[in-house]
Amino acid sequence: MDALMNFGQGIFGGVWPAVWTLIKIVLIVAPLMLGVAYLTLAERKVIGYMQVRIGPNRVGPWGLIQPIADGLKLLFKEIIIPGRSSKGVFIIAPMLAIAPALAAWAVVPFTDTLVLANIDASLLYIMAITSIGVYGIILSGWASNSKYAFLGAMRSAAQMISYEIAMGFSLICVLMISNSLNLVEIVNVQDQGRFAGMGLNFLSWNWLPLFPMFIVYLISGTAELNRAPFDVAEGESEIVAGFHIEYSGMAFALFFLAEYANMILVAALTSIMFLGGWLSPVGFLPDGIIWLLAKMSFVLLLFLWFRATFPRYRYDQLMRLGWKVFIPICLIWLVVVGVWMMSPFTIWK
Amino acid sequence: MGSMKEVFNSLFLKELLKGMSVTGKYFFARKITVQYPEEKTPQSFRFRGLHALRRYPNGEERCIACKLCEAICPAMAITIEAEPRDDGSRRTTRYDIDLTKCIFCGFCEEACPVDAVVETRVFEYHGEKRGDLYYTKQMLLANGDRYEDQIAQDRQADAAYR
Repeated sequence: MDALMNFGQGIFGGVWPAVWTLIKIVLIVAPLMLGVAYLTLAERKVIGYMQVRIGPNRVGPWGLIQPIADGLKLLFKEIIIPGRSSKGVFIIAPMLAIAPALAAWAVVPFTDTLVLANIDASLLYIMAITSIGVYGIILSGWASNSKYAFLGAMRSAAQMISYEIAMGFSLICVLMISNSLNLVEIVNVQDQGRFAGMGLNFLSWNWLPLFPMFIVYLISGTAELNRAPFDVAEGESEIVAGFHIEYSGMAFALFFLAEYANMILVAALTSIMFLGGWLSPVGFLPDGIIWLLAKMSFVLLLFLWFRATFPRYRYDQLMRLGWKVFIPICLIWLVVVGVWMMSPFTIWK
Repeated sequence: MGSMKEVFNSLFLKELLKGMSVTGKYFFARKITVQYPEEKTPQSFRFRGLHALRRYPNGEERCIACKLCEAICPAMAITIEAEPRDDGSRRTTRYDIDLTKCIFCGFCEEACPVDAVVETRVFEYHGEKRGDLYYTKQMLLANGDRYEDQIAQDRQADAAYR
């Protein structure tokens, strides 16, 4: 490592820190993009299997080259800009959608040392950055100058704002018991406790004491991602494709990438916040990034499973669930956790 | 009490979990996809594919130009012109089926009194321009000659039900 540093210093001189950061960014984004590509394949395969089909299997063995073929196709397609759209915003919107989806990864810890920026308020940073993602959607719907796109954008905005509240509340519980906004710290706290001492580490992760919050976070996360069964923003049977109906080619691909990058992000956050991040589930196995990846894969599988199972919510049902069910549950559990922490039965010190 | 139970069930996502168990079970079920070019579904002997005009075993064409098929064809895809042949028998001089119009209803073969026009099991054919799918009498007779074995076999199998 030192040799690499000295070598880089020798070649780039003063700009080396910037170059080194850039390399680290590429090292995160490139596997992420690959993950997104293969998540689409996994989605088609898993949903196919659940529908007693076999999914794509023509391009390469088991369809493994299918995502590459899809990507190339989108790359070569024409980007059509509607004549009556507002062109500047129309082009900026997909970038606004994907930029936060990637920027949020800056603070996601892969192990306790492997993190691009280990900042103290990383949870706050994540909340802030992911909220910006909704602008891409609203602006794309607005700029398209099409009623379906507009309806989709409005629905999506209202939905994301509603579920962000429930999501925020469930994270406040995590925050209370971890006593920190730092994601590395949040994971490290989950390594302590009675069960961790017995070697059953997976029982001291946050998902057990905060089980209702875990479920709320998972479901709000699905809603936040505009994924089935909360995909009213792009409900194919009602508003064709919602906010990205006028987009084609690479501009559409950017929305697609953003959606799936966000999916992986929410899976990573769920793993970090509730499933112990890179910690191994039992005492005698070493911790490592492999556990984080395994937990993320599990959460992603859940997302695909939801999509294969549930029909789409009606819009009013979706709002009812967000405001009348999740927020009250969150408020009650917030108080319960607070009282629990102050009582002699506390498991967090 | 009933409403309490309902609240309990919905709060603990009972039905959602039930639904997920169903899809989860089907994840491991045997897949029923037919991988088309390599695998094909079985065909009925009444399968209605590409048309053919048949001949008698002595080589004489069956069609007697009665024009019943032309009359019944709901898509008006069949065009027939006829005049007496030198030996006095009534024969078609033109028998065309426009496959771009044909809806493969099978009425023509039902109407035919002499089993001349039939639909074969062939469905994998194509045309690269519109005219390629306009089948003339020669092409239909050629189809009949090529698939006669299969056609005769299928008529035989179907005869018991007619």
